[in-house]
Order: sequence, then structure tokens, then C-alpha cells
Amino acid sequence: MYKQSFGSKLFDVFNYVFLGLFALSTLLPFIYILAGSFTSPQEFISRKLVLFPHEISLEGYKYIFSTPILPKSLAVTVFITAAGTAVNLLFTCLMAYPLAHKELDGRRTIMLAVVFSMLFSGGMIPTFLVVKSLGLIDTYWALLLPGAINAFNLIVLKNFFQQLPEGLEEAAKMDGAGDLRVLWQIVVPLSLPAIATFSLFYAVNHWNSFFQAILYINDNQKWPIQVWLRQIVILSQGGLGDSETFDKNYIVPPAQIVKMAVIVISTVPIMCVYPFLQKHFAKGVMIGSIKG
Amino acid sequence: MAIRPHDSHTAAHAPVRIANGSAIGKRFIRNRWMYFMLLPGVLYFLVFKYIPMWGVLIAFQDYSPFGGFWNSPWVGAKHFLIFFGEPQFGMLLRNTLILAVYNLVFFFPLPIVIALMLNEIRKEAYKRLIQSLIYIPHFISWVVVVGIAYILFTTEGGIVNELLLALGGEKINFLLNAAWFRPMIVGEMIWKETGWGTILFLAALAGVDPQLYEAAKMDGAGRWRLMWHVTLPAIRSTIVILLILRLGHFLDLGFEQIFLMLNPMNREVGEVFDTYVYERGILQGNFSYSTAVHLFKSTVGILLVVGANYFAKKAGEEGIY
Repeated sequence: MYKQSFGSKLFDVFNYVFLGLFALSTLLPFIYILAGSFTSPQEFISRKLVLFPHEISLEGYKYIFSTPILPKSLAVTVFITAAGTAVNLLFTCLMAYPLAHKELDGRRTIMLAVVFSMLFSGGMIPTFLVVKSLGLIDTYWALLLPGAINAFNLIVLKNFFQQLPEGLEEAAKMDGAGDLRVLWQIVVPLSLPAIATFSLFYAVNHWNSFFQAILYINDNQKWPIQVWLRQIVILSQGGLGDSETFDKNYIVPPAQIVKMAVIVISTVPIMCVYPFLQKHFAKGVMIGSIKG
Repeated sequence: MAIRPHDSHTAAHAPVRIANGSAIGKRFIRNRWMYFMLLPGVLYFLVFKYIPMWGVLIAFQDYSPFGGFWNSPWVGAKHFLIFFGEPQFGMLLRNTLILAVYNLVFFFPLPIVIALMLNEIRKEAYKRLIQSLIYIPHFISWVVVVGIAYILFTTEGGIVNELLLALGGEKINFLLNAAWFRPMIVGEMIWKETGWGTILFLAALAGVDPQLYEAAKMDGAGRWRLMWHVTLPAIRSTIVILLILRLGHFLDLGFEQIFLMLNPMNREVGEVFDTYVYERGILQGNFSYSTAVHLFKSTVGILLVVGANYFAKKAGEEGIY
């Protein structure tokens, strides 16, 4: 044991404080925005900085939900997230399982092709042209298919499958199970932790998807929430809140409150899912980094 | 009769050849479900990864959607030459390089520093709390991050400017002023990704053999020596590999982030290769030209990875290949 010098103790204090401030800087913007979204217009204007509103007001939320635009967009986003993650899982698991079998002919070539695709890509324009020529522009498929398999996830899942005991598959086959059944009834249930990790990552990705929607979807009825978020918060182009639904004396809430409310509804789902993410990703990343 | 060597040679081979052919065929049939399972994935990579890869060839054509790939005329390096001659080329190069350097200098070291600091925390509970908090921004979208920046830094009621006024200063237009574009970009990147970036380094730090620390302490090493002689060397290879990868993606700046932060006022400092590709290609339909721009950028990226890997090996580190 070394004796802690004064300098060392000082460093400790500094360390704890600095990291605490750093973590706080991560949290404060969210708190500020969450609080602000629930503040009444009057209080917001008079108090300037609200970290905890004196009284909870739903003015901001009433306004942003006064038209069906945002609820529709949220529904679209939920759909894309669910369907997209399902597509991801289907494609990734189906492909990873055969690739985990070393004796399969052609495995090496396919693996090389997968790895190569991680290093070199055609880029935005050629991919756009492919999607266009498939007739997928302005359809939800354009948001579900182009990202169906993440090569990195595929490799990690393949490695995970490779680690499962061989005897299981042999035993199942001796009982007459075909390859598909082995995958579906034995391998997948055993791989649930890994699959759960991927699902969460894929799902968060879908929820956050913005640029693909800008690129491929022109119909604003199909815009996911992030696109509307940009319209309202960054471009300050509302299109929200039909003032005719309110009476003549209605004053639209301050733009800041409206923006904050929109941010909250776009982020709350991620925050709810975050504790589950936390449980899994530390493990998942470790698996990935050890193998990678 | 004497056995003629030629006959036995042929006789020995013939059955083997036939057996090979049917062996592969037999294996294929036995594994047909496996190949069936591979089909969706393989099709995916073919259609969405490999066809676009070939698609970069339109950079050498005067591609028109009406003619398609097969009927558009080939023009060789025409678009590249036009690109190099354009006035924007210098601006794009300058903007991209400066942002890339800022990123490397101001952002890259931070996860390492924070990881080292976290590693020095004795109270596990505090360490876990801090980690939980700093990972959060990684999971929210860039739209939300830029949105938060817009709310905080706007001149119309944004808290940062209100604070400046309260302290007796003047409002600063962080969002529109070209001079603030780069600091804002780097600042946002630091806020969003530093926390998550510590994971790899923390994993490397956790892998350090405790016996090394014990031995050093027994030789009388104090805290700083421990860090300098034991901790840092342990994560050196992780740092180098990440640096190589970072350099390989040197010109890949966060497209979404920049796209969201761009506006007519800061385009001069903000427009980079990728946003230029989007504007000329998607918005203006110059498919061939924009693909040429992208191809140029990718090629430089590949050269950078190869170069960085080469120098890393020369310096005695393991490269990534």
C-alpha cells in the first residue's frame, strides 16, 4: 500500500467533482427541457430559467397535439421501429446461423464479401438510385430494407452462434429436427441475451432514423417523428396547431415551450428503454470487442 | 499383360473426379436449408451493398436516369476534372480538413482522459452512476441533439444568451454566426459521444493485469508513476488502433450533424464533401458529378487507412491488418 500524498488526495477530490460536473452537464439539458415543456407560458416568460415549474401546465402539449400531425408521426415511427427491428432480426439471425457452420461450402467467400462491404460502399447516390429503381421511394420499405442487416451485428451474432455447444445441434438433428427447427427452437432461445441486445440497438436506430426518411420519403404523412422534430425545432417551421381549433383569444404558447414539448415526446421512448439497454449493452459491447 | 502406367494413371483419377462432383452436390442438398436461410441475407448484400458499389462507376459516365446504367455515355475523368477546377473544391477541402482536425484534436483524446479518470474512482457505485449518465446522449438522435442546441443557444429566449445578458454581456448568435459553427459542432460531438467513447478504453483498462500494479507499487511507485508506466502503456494499442480507424475515417464527418446545423449563414464554413454530394446529387440531380465527388473522398479515406496502418506498423504497433 502506498501512502496517499496530499496531491493524490487533492486529485481524488478534483476527480470526483469533475466527473460529477461532467455527468451533470449531460443531465441538465434534459431536465431543463423537460421542466420547460411542462411550464405555463406565463411562468416561462417571467421566470426565464425553470428547472422545476411552480405549477405543472400542459399548455405546450395541448398545442402540439391539437392537430393529428404529431400523433400520426409517432404512430408511423412506432411502426417503423417495430417492423424494422423485426426485419433486422429475421435477416440477421437467418444469415448468421448458416455462417456459423465452418463446414459450409462458400462460407468463406460470403464472409469476405460481408467484411468487404463494411470497408467500401457505393455511397449515397448509387444506393439512392438502387432504391429508386426498385420503386421504393415514398414507401415504408425504403426505411425497412436498405438497413436490414448491419454487418457488424451479423459478425458478432455469427461468433456468438459459433460458441454454442455443437452437441445441441447434433442431438436435435438425431431427433429428426431440420436446420430451420434447430435455429428456431434451440439456437434462438439460447441466444436471447445477444438477440435482445441487437434488437435494442436496431430499435433505437430505427426510432432515431432521420436522414433515410428525408432521402426516400417525400410524403409528409409518412414522416417519422425525427423529421417533424427538425421541422419544428430547427427550421422553426411549425405547421402545428391549427389556431382555429382554439377560440379567438387563444395565444399560441412561446416557441421555446412548443419546441421543448416536441423534444420530450421524441425522446421519452428512448429514455424508457434506456435502463434495459444499459443492462445489455455493456455485455454486448464486451462480446463484440473481444471477438473483434 | 504389363500394366501400362498411363492406363492406371487415368483409371486412378476417373473415379475421384466423379466422386468430387457429386460430393459437393450431395453436401449442397444435405445443407439446402442452410442455403435457403442464407438467401435473404445474401440477396440483401447483393442488392443494397454490392450493386451500389458497382454504381460508383457512374462517376465515369454522364449518367441519366432515362438511359440507366447501360445506356449512359462514358466520359472518363471529366467530372473529376470539373470538380477539381471548381471554386467550391478549395472551400470544401478546407472545411472538411479543419473540422476533421478539430475533431481529432479536441474530441479524440477526451474519452481516453475521462476513462482514465473513471478508472481512478474507488467508489464503484459512484462510478456506475456517472457511467449511466454519460452514456445517455449517445442514444438520442442527432436531430434531438441539434434541437437541444437550438433551444439552449437561440437568441430568442435561449438560456445561454439570457445568462450572457444577465452577466452584463451581449447576445451571441451561436446558431447563425459562421464563426461559431465549428465550436458548436465540436462541442455537440463532445457532449454526445465522449461518454460512450469511454467504453472501449474502460474495457482495456479493466484488462490490465493487477500484478503489474502490485509489482510497481512494491517498487515504490506513486500514483502518477503507476498511471504513466502501467496504465497508459496498457491501453496504448487500443489507442493506436482507434487512431488508425479514426484517421481512415478522417474525412467522414458526422453527416447528419452537419446537415442539421447548416443554414445559409454558415454554409461557407460548414459545407463539406458529404453535404455537397447530397446537394448536387439528390437535390440537383447531378448523379454522375456527385458520385465522382464521393468517390474522390472515399479513395482518400482508403489511402489514409493504408497509410496510417503502415506508419503504425513502422512504429512497432500492431496494425489492423
